[in-house]
This record gives sequence, structure tokens and C-alpha cells, in this order.
Amino acid sequence: MFVSSIKHKMPEQQPEIRRRNFDEVALGYDDTTAKAEASRCLQCKTAPCRQGCPVGINIPAFIKHIREGDFTAAIDEIKTKNNLPAICGRVCPQEDQCEKFCVVGKKGEPVGIGRLERFAADYARARGRKQKVILPPEPLGKVAIIGAGPAGLSAAGDLARMGYKVTVFEALHAPGGVLMYGIPEFRLPKEIVRQEIEELKELGVEIVVNAVIGKTFTIDELLTEEGFDAVFIGTGAGLPHFMDIPGENLNGVYSANEFLTRVNLMKAYKFPEAGTPVHAGKRVAVVGAGNVAMDAARTALRLGAENVYIVYRRSEEEMPARAEEIEHAKEEGVEFRLLTNPVRIIGDERGWVKGLECIRMELGEPDESGRRKPVPIANSNFVLDVDTVIMAIGQGPNPLVQQTTPGLAVNKRGNITTDETGRTSKEGVFAGGDIVTGAATVIQAMGAGKKAAAAIHEYVQNKRKGARNSQ
Amino acid sequence: MFTILKKQELAPSVKLFVVQAPLIARKCQPGQFVILRIDENGERIPLTIADFDRAAGTITLIFQEVGHTTRQLGRLSAGDALLDLAGPLGKATHIEKFGTVVCVGGGIGVAPVYPIARAYKEAGNKVISIIGARNADLLILEQEMAAISDVLYITTDDGSKGRKGLVIDPLKEMLAAGEKIDLVMAIGPVIMMKSVAEVTRPYGVHTIVSLNPIMVDGTGMCGGCRVSVGNKNKFACVDGPEFNAHEVDFDGLMARQKMYHSYERREHRCGGDCSCHR
Repeated sequence: MFVSSIKHKMPEQQPEIRRRNFDEVALGYDDTTAKAEASRCLQCKTAPCRQGCPVGINIPAFIKHIREGDFTAAIDEIKTKNNLPAICGRVCPQEDQCEKFCVVGKKGEPVGIGRLERFAADYARARGRKQKVILPPEPLGKVAIIGAGPAGLSAAGDLARMGYKVTVFEALHAPGGVLMYGIPEFRLPKEIVRQEIEELKELGVEIVVNAVIGKTFTIDELLTEEGFDAVFIGTGAGLPHFMDIPGENLNGVYSANEFLTRVNLMKAYKFPEAGTPVHAGKRVAVVGAGNVAMDAARTALRLGAENVYIVYRRSEEEMPARAEEIEHAKEEGVEFRLLTNPVRIIGDERGWVKGLECIRMELGEPDESGRRKPVPIANSNFVLDVDTVIMAIGQGPNPLVQQTTPGLAVNKRGNITTDETGRTSKEGVFAGGDIVTGAATVIQAMGAGKKAAAAIHEYVQNKRKGARNSQ
Repeated sequence: MFTILKKQELAPSVKLFVVQAPLIARKCQPGQFVILRIDENGERIPLTIADFDRAAGTITLIFQEVGHTTRQLGRLSAGDALLDLAGPLGKATHIEKFGTVVCVGGGIGVAPVYPIARAYKEAGNKVISIIGARNADLLILEQEMAAISDVLYITTDDGSKGRKGLVIDPLKEMLAAGEKIDLVMAIGPVIMMKSVAEVTRPYGVHTIVSLNPIMVDGTGMCGGCRVSVGNKNKFACVDGPEFNAHEVDFDGLMARQKMYHSYERREHRCGGDCSCHR
């Protein structure tokens, strides 16, 4: 049988059109292409692809169903492991995960596992297919989940399937975490996020929005007064870093978190129909080169900016963003100013940004991260003519929960410390995702949520057994 | 949904709502605020909790109609509901017995001052309050403030009620007369808080202000509300909203508050000539 050495292309909106709209860029496979791509899978007995999937999907099994045209069987298989496949199929860095281990990928391109997962999820969603879950008449216990991002939702879905009564507390007015406020509509339509979360509710998961844990409730109150058997903390890395350079408080300077929250969660791109404004100027500098930076840059273009620059202190090779996102950004016209580091933001007399003074960099010896350390070149300063600056240099853990939870151990960066099952220093309290690891990926957070769900199950059942035995 | 149980007009364009919000009422302390969103298309705006009733499960919000969202809010009636209400947010006021505390409220700022002044009083302080407005019609919470203050000064810009002049005038006189003041708490327009800071600075009287920068989430995740305090960036929503007035960069705060002026005008199509942009 002839097997193509390259992945079947997924149709996309053309760059010159998509750079001015918020519609999804990648359009997804049709039935025929999905079957053809599924046929590239060798159905390895050892399935090395599975070791790259943080939630352990049986990849050859679901791909086999697609090849045979049984798309609903494919989604049922995926959903035994992954509660949010339409999201993961779109935003996972498959090149570093499942597809990295694909045998077909050793000689040509790996099987398009992410694209196939997305296809199966979209196929089922378009047909309103619901999963059938039989829950026990009496819940196995009550679990509170703090934060409705990928880690929390994944833990919630797994625990609900096991038979727990799960309540998710979310500080914002909509669940989803970074899926709602961070990742833009053109990569991950919010309607898809909303629908996948709706399905979780059908498993009996209750989601309480506008509940700021640490303020509305403390963790201790949830465990003592509110009667939860265990708590999972998945509050993410939502504290934006700034550079601490002069001019950072000028008008026109945003954290990427604020810029993206305004546009994604608050739909500022629809202003004034939506009530939240956003200021994307004509010439925008985005500082940083991770996925968040690419998202912010591509968003600024779509808001009408004429020039959008990625300003990054290292070279292209070290950019942390996914290759695909960098490629998309380039196609859309984002300009890269590499080996360039901001030193100050220059304002006009009214307090608005009018330029970004930068210094050129060269790469020296490798630093502790293993990447070559950028070193400034003396007297190489120049001014980039911009009216908006977006800082996308990373995020830290939001300290609200840690500050209000005595006995919860954190490391020097403020991340909660856990063992590998997600257990914290405090009994009955588990944590996972970015709040433990620092900013990482959606699927890693979901993997952590899954692991913690298993550990919570074990903990609650042991506790209940102990309580029965001592009676 | 959060039902509005009672609506009252305190002054032209200044309204009071009592809102059903048991989870917030259970926990809130003087100095804290909420973020609200009226409906699906709405923006998130911060409002200080002006009062609360734990037993009834209600909080009181007082707001001035200054733009699109607050005017839309002003059109709601008792029985209507707010889509989202998150809180209590921010750090609570540090309350203890200091001695003599002067509480200064300017304009709508009297609303957030009230629960704080009451708490100072309950903690055994001598409370001297100064409240002011542009004119008598705009003066709010006079009786409430009188009830919890040992001394109450009222000032109006035009002299239509109380003394003609600014809220800082009685404060200046007290300081000049050598009156012992242990703490000043001032809330109002930024320019007023800045003036209070300048009045107390030479006397070394500890002065606290409650800042009102632009906010989005109100939980520390965006930094939209950042202000420079003691030359360090602070997020008003989680590190504040109260700060040492002598360390605040008020000019920076005022500049940042204007960031969306052109958008706000576009939004409600007044062209910037309406009273809300004065």
C-alpha cells in the first residue's frame, strides 16, 4: 500500500484575508481527507505515540475507527481519556508530544494525530453527539476544583465520570481559563470551548463563576464548612511579568494578559457593540517570542495595526513558540526584530507611548536554561517607532490562594509544591497545571489534572474506609 | 444573577443599589470592592462596597453615572438583576485604634469612605470627617456620616451647603492649629487625593488613599490597574486599593485613567461634550 510521506494538508484561510478577521485560521479535515490521513497510521502494536500523550489516549485505536469511517466510535475512544478533544486537537504542540514518537515520522512526516483528534471531536459536536455516562446513585464523595482552566476541567471531568459530585469555582465570569481569555478566537473559537464545557456539565459538574477563592471562600472553609472531601487547585500562571524598565506605565503599554483578556474574553474587537475597549495602535511592538507573544501580535494585526513587531532578545532558533504559530505570524505579516532587547519606553507629553528604545544583542555562552545567553552590544541602541507595547515575557503564579491557605507549601517562585500525584503539603489538597509547574502547555495541565483526579479518588476512598473502620 | 432589591437616587446622577449577594455579604470588609458586569455584552467595572448586611445577604453599591456602563446601570430598577458580581476583592482596610482619624470623602468618594469611617469609630477612634461636593445637590450620605463621626465638616465648591471651598481646607486648618491627628484616610477624585497628600506631607501625618485605576479582572491577572507606589509597580486590585498617599505617583495614575477617553466618547456618541467628560 502506498503511504504518503507527508501529512494531508489542512485547508486554511489565506493569510491576506485572515490577517484582518477573527475567524478560525485552520479549517479542519473533511471525511475523505480524515480517512486518508488515518490510513497513514501503521497501527504499531507498541504504539510509541501514546507515551507522548500526557492524558494517554489510545491513539492507534481511535485512528483505526476513523480509517474505517466509524467516526463516532473514534470520539468515544478519545473521550475515555480526554474530556476536551476539540480543544486539544487544536492547541496541543503535537510535534513535541504524540507526533514526536510516531514511527511514520522517522522517515517522513508523522501521522497528523492532532488533526485527526480535532476531526473526530468536530464531527461529533456538529451532530450533537453526547456521551452516555452511568453515574452511581450516591456520589463517591464531594470534590472542589479551584480554577476552571484546562487542569481543573480535566480533573473535574475525570472525577465526575468516576462518580464524584464536583463543584468548580472560577474567579472570572466564564469558565475555560486561558482557553477563554488567552488563546485567541482565530486559533480556538470560544463557541467550541463553551460547548465542550457544557458537555462536562452534563456529567454533573457544577461550575460556580465569579467565585474568587481566597476571597469568596478560603480552601479551609471548603474543607471544613462546605463539606468537600478534597480540593484540587488549578489556578494557573496568571500573574503577568513586566520588565521593570522606564516608561512601562505609559498609556499604550499592556501586559499580554490584559490585551488578550480584553479581546478574547471581553470581545473588545466588537467594540462598541461589546462594552470593553482596547487600544491597538498603528505600530505595535510585542516583547517576547512564546506562543502568547505570537497570539498578541496576530491579534494586534487583526485589530488593524499596520506594523507589528516581535521584539526578542535571542535568535529565531531559541524562540519558544510553536513553529506553526511562528509560521502563521510570518505569513500574516508580523515582522521579527530578533537579538533585540528593550531598554526603555519613550512617551510623548500626554503620557502615551511614542517609541521603544532597544539595544542589539549577540549570543554568548549557554546559560542555565541551556540556551545561549544574550549579551547586549555596547552603543547599539536604536528607537523602534511604535505607539503600543505589549509585554509577553511570561507569567508567574497568582498568589491569592497560597496567601490565604495556611500550611500550603510553595517554592521560591511561589508555585505550589506537590508530589508526582499532585498531593500538596496540606491534607486533602491537591494541585496541578501551571500553578505547580509554571507556565506550560494546555495538555500538560490536563495531564496533571488527570493524575490528580486519580490520586484524589484514592485519597477520598481511603479516608472513607478509615472512617468506616473506626466506627 | 444578582437581584437589585432596592434603588435610591442620592443626588442627580448618583444612585444607590442594595443587591442580593449573600456570598459577598458574608465575607466583605470595609475597603473592599466588587467587579460587576450588567449583561452579556457588558464590560467589567469595579465599584466599592458602600455597606453590607450579613444577615440579609445584601451589599450596597453607590455609583455616579459618568459613562456608558454606569448610565446603563442607572437605568436598572429594583427587581432587575446584574449578570455578574465578583468579590469581595482587594485588601480590607487596616482597622485598629489609632486615636484621632480624619476621614475625607470627595464627591462619590464619600460612599467608600462611609463603611471605613464607621469601622474606625467602632474600633474606638475619634473620627473627624470632611465630606465635600461641587454643590449641595451632589452631596451624599450626610446623615450617615454625621451619625458615625465625632465631628463632621461639609464643604461645597460653590458654598451652596456647608463651607465654601475644598475638603482640604478644614484639614489644613486643623493641622495648622496643631490638632493631633494620627491618621488621614482620603477617597475621592485623584486630584483631591493628591491635594490631601500634599497637605499632610509636611506634617508627617500618615495618610491613606484608596485608588481607582482602570480595572479588568480585579484579581491580579492583567496589571491594567498598576500604579507606581514608592517607585515600585503595584496592582491596585490585589495589593490595594489602599496605599500610603505619600508614596503614590498620582500624576501617573491620572494619565492612565485617561487611556480610553476617546473610546468612551465614541461609545456613547456624545462627542465628549456631555457632563460626564468634564
